[in-house]
Amino acid sequence: MNLLWLQSGGCGGCTLSLLCAESPDLFTTLESAGIRILWHPSISEASGSEFIELLERIIKGQERLDLLCLEGSVVCGPNGSGKFHHLSGTGKPMMKWVEALAGVARHVVAVGSCAAYGGITAAGGNPSEACGLQYDETVEGGLLGKAFKDQQGLPVINIAGCPVHPNWVTETLLQIAAGELEQEHLDDWGRPRSYADHLVHHGCPRNEFYEYKASAEKPSDLGCLMEHMGCLGTQAHADCNTRLWNGEGSCLRGGYACINCTAPGFEEPGHPFTETPKIAGIPVGLPTDMPKAWFVALASLSKAATPKRLKENAVADHIRVPPKRHTGGKS
Amino acid sequence: MTRRIMGPFNRVEGDLEVTLDFADERVKSAQVSSSLYRGFEQMLQGKEPGDALVYTPRICGICSVSQSVAAAQALAALQGVTAPPNGDLATNLILANENLADHLTHFYLFFMPDFARETYSSEAWYPRIERRFRAHTGTAAQEMLAARSQFMHLMGLLAGKWPHSLAIQPGGTTRAVEIQEKARLQAIVFGFRRFLEQTLFGDKLEAIVALDSVKTLEQWIGDRDPESSDFRRFLELSRALDLHLLGRASDKFMSYGAYRFGEETVLQQGVWDQSLQPLDSTSITEDVSHSWMSHQTTPKHPFDGITLPDADVEQAYTWCKAPRLDGRVVEVGALARQQVDGHPLIRELVAESGGNVRNRVIARLLEIARIVIEMESWSKQLKPGEAICNHKPFPQEAQGFGLVEAARGSLGHWIKIKHGHILNYQIIAPTTWNFSPRDSQGKPGALEIALQGAGLRAGEKEPVSVQHIVRSFDPCMVCTVH
Repeated sequence: MNLLWLQSGGCGGCTLSLLCAESPDLFTTLESAGIRILWHPSISEASGSEFIELLERIIKGQERLDLLCLEGSVVCGPNGSGKFHHLSGTGKPMMKWVEALAGVARHVVAVGSCAAYGGITAAGGNPSEACGLQYDETVEGGLLGKAFKDQQGLPVINIAGCPVHPNWVTETLLQIAAGELEQEHLDDWGRPRSYADHLVHHGCPRNEFYEYKASAEKPSDLGCLMEHMGCLGTQAHADCNTRLWNGEGSCLRGGYACINCTAPGFEEPGHPFTETPKIAGIPVGLPTDMPKAWFVALASLSKAATPKRLKENAVADHIRVPPKRHTGGKS
Repeated sequence: MTRRIMGPFNRVEGDLEVTLDFADERVKSAQVSSSLYRGFEQMLQGKEPGDALVYTPRICGICSVSQSVAAAQALAALQGVTAPPNGDLATNLILANENLADHLTHFYLFFMPDFARETYSSEAWYPRIERRFRAHTGTAAQEMLAARSQFMHLMGLLAGKWPHSLAIQPGGTTRAVEIQEKARLQAIVFGFRRFLEQTLFGDKLEAIVALDSVKTLEQWIGDRDPESSDFRRFLELSRALDLHLLGRASDKFMSYGAYRFGEETVLQQGVWDQSLQPLDSTSITEDVSHSWMSHQTTPKHPFDGITLPDADVEQAYTWCKAPRLDGRVVEVGALARQQVDGHPLIRELVAESGGNVRNRVIARLLEIARIVIEMESWSKQLKPGEAICNHKPFPQEAQGFGLVEAARGSLGHWIKIKHGHILNYQIIAPTTWNFSPRDSQGKPGALEIALQGAGLRAGEKEPVSVQHIVRSFDPCMVCTVH
């Protein structure tokens, strides 16, 4: 399978994350599935005219393109002209190249939340008029339009995340290469369900603090980050706490809130990222699938029952009170 | 005179175009153009100051932590908070992890593959170098990727993930280190040392740091087989291709000082302009005379800078602004850091041949050896059980700045807040300095100077010498314009 990777309105962080792939390394993983890199901006030798000739050959149908990956949002500004990003050496807006290539690719993959939905590049007043390949934030459309289907009948595959986990990308590409990725494997936002059917809350090491609503109050505290620190882990679709990053990490393990970076529009939460918005003391965003009355009732009940150990540890940066020793038997 | 437009340059972070005017088979003049604008400074206006810790790392996927550290320092200045010793140690370990991983990525994935190009196929050294460094499929890439990924497990422990961590805070970090994790960190750094000593250097890190003169370097080269390590391979190539004669820029170097502990930095801050001088950051200005920018007629200090794009400015050829230090064009990066800090080998190499392709690469690799030794010491100094983060609220109105060294050079954030929200946020990134356009005096930027005189090899349309010069700066284009 021939893969072409382009970057536009983004930071390149999804590629840098992808290079952290392990067991085996990225190049070996791709080779295992017969994926051949036609060109990638951080990896390939070809520069300048050699590369532009390659793009032209693909568009003319002289070179087969199986996988078109875009990293970074589609940059449409100023005033729809695309001049904020012209592909160097061509004088032509990148969005025009992407559009032409998407038309001949067997599959189109948006790598990261920018390429999928607009992402961070669309934050604030969206100064560069950034959008995703098939979404403009939560609205279907984007560069390619709601009706777009690739040559196999699939919409754009949105490997959302800021950045992506390396394995979200490699596993999706491997499934595509094996001919095993179908419409039913994508969720409502076009994300691979392989990771988007999970919640960041799953496997969170702070789960006991969550159960008793023993909450962190400041950065570096060990407690649950949902009540005060802006954590959206109970709502965010991703497997960060069961899959882990860079060996043993995740946002929660690193001590900071999940900001739901796999969701369209995450870049403008409507409140400071690390503060939980509340009405009458109750967090506005409830855990996924949880009725509000239940949450309020359970929260107040569990708060009343919070053990001293959790209360103290929640606002410390290391364990102050260890769990009690059980003597076994009937204790 | 013939004009040629080269681009895109891959194996740089982001998008770059260079316009070259040739006379007699040599580059007579160059215009460097950054071809992507996103507008982070515009996005940040009106936000809560703490949100800068989410937005600014996402300027760049390769300097993500550097952006976080610069933002956190600027916010710390607003709050008047300082970090406890553990906070400084953890921050510097995270920053060093990114910087050294970037140096490695640059050397193996971005810079060396150009020597495996077809244009060199008649050279005696070509078969060996091609086998080792060929883009993507050379034997070095896999070894390096595995070593890099394992080294970055330090990020998993201390920063949650990389890139785009929220662990770095104005008063320290969000992640305290337990006693067993302290042990684990030391093992991770030792694992990286082993890769460096076996593969990159073929020698002890201490022996590399001790190369204190051109004479000892020559001796080190003479004592070793060209195939004994990747550093030795590079030095062989460098000699064969006279890389020390390629890509000389302004020979004025700036460093903000790297790895901060309180008021001190491990690598010292300063400016080298024939001699060492103190840095006065108030003399930094940005000029937009050749940038697609409007609403600013004279050069401004970043506290008062304006970033408003305008694609129709005449004379303009880039989204990048032109930063100047007291009107001077300075070069930033590992070479500048080591020159300013006074490493004896680097001082001697620069005295002999100035800033050039060879010296930039030597300084970068030397810096890896120096900083790994520092990381070993920092990880031992962590004190589990003691505080990692101090806390203070934001005032309603204040201004502050943060100056750090990313892998590729000096990065600064300047912030003003009013009514508790961001009034102005301006960023000058390393490659903004190095790949700056001309200023209103017509003075070209560092790369524009460095490209003058680059020659063509027989049969070349797009000179490989330009590829070497461009990449020797380890450019990061997504940071450049942001």
